[in-house]
Amino acid sequence: MNIIELLFGTLSVLAIFSALMLVTSKNPVYSVLWLIVTFFAISGHYILLNAQFLAIVNIIVYAGAIMVLFLFVIMLMNLNKETEPQKNRWLKLAGAVAGGCLLLVLVAALKDVDSKKPENFALLNGGNTGLIKNLGKELFTTYVVPFEISSVLFLSAMIGAVVLGKKEKQNEAAH
Amino acid sequence: MYLLAIDLWFILEKAILIASIIGLSFFIAMYTTLAERKVAGWMQDRHGPNRAGPFGIFQPLADGGKLFFKEEIIPLAANRSLFLLGPGLAMITSLVTSTVIPWGAPVVTANGTIPLQVADVDMGILIVFSVVSIGVYGIMIGGWASNNKFSLIAAIRGASQMVSYELPMGLALIAVLFTTGSLKMSEIVASQAANGWHVIYQPLGFIIFFICALAECNRTPFDLPEAENELNFGYHQEYSSMKLGFYLFAEYINMFVSSAVISTLYFGGYDIPFVNEAAWGLQPWLLSAISFGVLMAKIAFFLFVFIWIRWTIPRFRYDQLMNLGWKKLIPLALVNMIITMAVMLWLKK
Repeated sequence: MNIIELLFGTLSVLAIFSALMLVTSKNPVYSVLWLIVTFFAISGHYILLNAQFLAIVNIIVYAGAIMVLFLFVIMLMNLNKETEPQKNRWLKLAGAVAGGCLLLVLVAALKDVDSKKPENFALLNGGNTGLIKNLGKELFTTYVVPFEISSVLFLSAMIGAVVLGKKEKQNEAAH
Repeated sequence: MYLLAIDLWFILEKAILIASIIGLSFFIAMYTTLAERKVAGWMQDRHGPNRAGPFGIFQPLADGGKLFFKEEIIPLAANRSLFLLGPGLAMITSLVTSTVIPWGAPVVTANGTIPLQVADVDMGILIVFSVVSIGVYGIMIGGWASNNKFSLIAAIRGASQMVSYELPMGLALIAVLFTTGSLKMSEIVASQAANGWHVIYQPLGFIIFFICALAECNRTPFDLPEAENELNFGYHQEYSSMKLGFYLFAEYINMFVSSAVISTLYFGGYDIPFVNEAAWGLQPWLLSAISFGVLMAKIAFFLFVFIWIRWTIPRFRYDQLMNLGWKKLIPLALVNMIITMAVMLWLKK
């Protein structure tokens, strides 16, 4: 067992354990904190694949910004065990079925992969595709059209947020 | 010496380096508290602490000892585990940033070079940025777990302030990365040693970065999470003993580390100004020691500026803070970025 296998095992156990804790926690604040732990474990996996930029951006954007907003909302609304709405049994069943379908799709996609072929291996602790220079070059040459389209999507989402945020003020002025 | 395919000497070297950096951070933070009170004293025409030892130099030890021996109170209504986690998180996030800072020129020995930097990774400056972005949690978790309305409001304020000021900070950084072409801290320092300090090319970027650093450290004029006149004592109101000490101390370590980051990004890091030190023909370890001393002098200057600002400028109102961040600093940082891009295209670099 070498060091990379050891790290991979530790990170995988951490990721699965914290994801389970996220789902089973009764207190939403704990759920958010466990989700942050999950993001860190996943970032560790990215680093094992030498995708350093992805790992850091995952922490900056998800753990550092989006989860802060989640915590904001939960703390301000003071959600806790008592206020958690009790969902009925059918809804729980529907959730289980939906999750099972996702699992089915993942298994179906991965079952034909030939684990003997070298091109199907993930490059562990090697490969330069994940470094910022190569990633930037790929994004701005090979994948420039999808990249620009997704940036337009972000721009429209931003404008939408500004419009939604402003609407309330105009209504207040009209009253 | 190999076990599990790990180079144990490498681990030992890094462990010693990490231990000394942490020790240094604590030492500097301790004496920054004394400096803060002394400078405040001078600015207000009084002596400041001068009883413990000559010129009060044992005052930080006395303060630390007092915090250790005070009674520790955990409120009954507080969320116990998160209440304990908060100060620890604040301390960890303030210390972690120092891993990527180059503290001096590498020491060249017969058996190879020893870099005075814990990790010279490809993502150097982005790691600083990611740690800054998760630094919010120490305040938020502590404030929420205290189960006190003042603490919660202070925590929410602090978190929204830090999230807002991260944006202009990042945009100001991008302009630095344009001129360097690398995210490695060691290369940022090397390019400044060769081409002159970034503060010459990026004066606007430096000012934006410095203002954001003030806001990220929750220092005056941005110390709204601790606004006593509105929030009693801020997010650490329910804390006592060394847990309070951790929060207060983390602020000073943050100041120290952000001074180091500012010096590294804009003031040449460990580069000795105006001279070509390679021509002196000194022993490599001596040169490293001098460069470390130069970096410390720059850091000490910025720590003084931090303290100077605190005792000069009054606190902003909350709406003023948000206006400054979103409506002034972000557009300014964008303009700075565009000007840098245009000049670099014009010079065909």
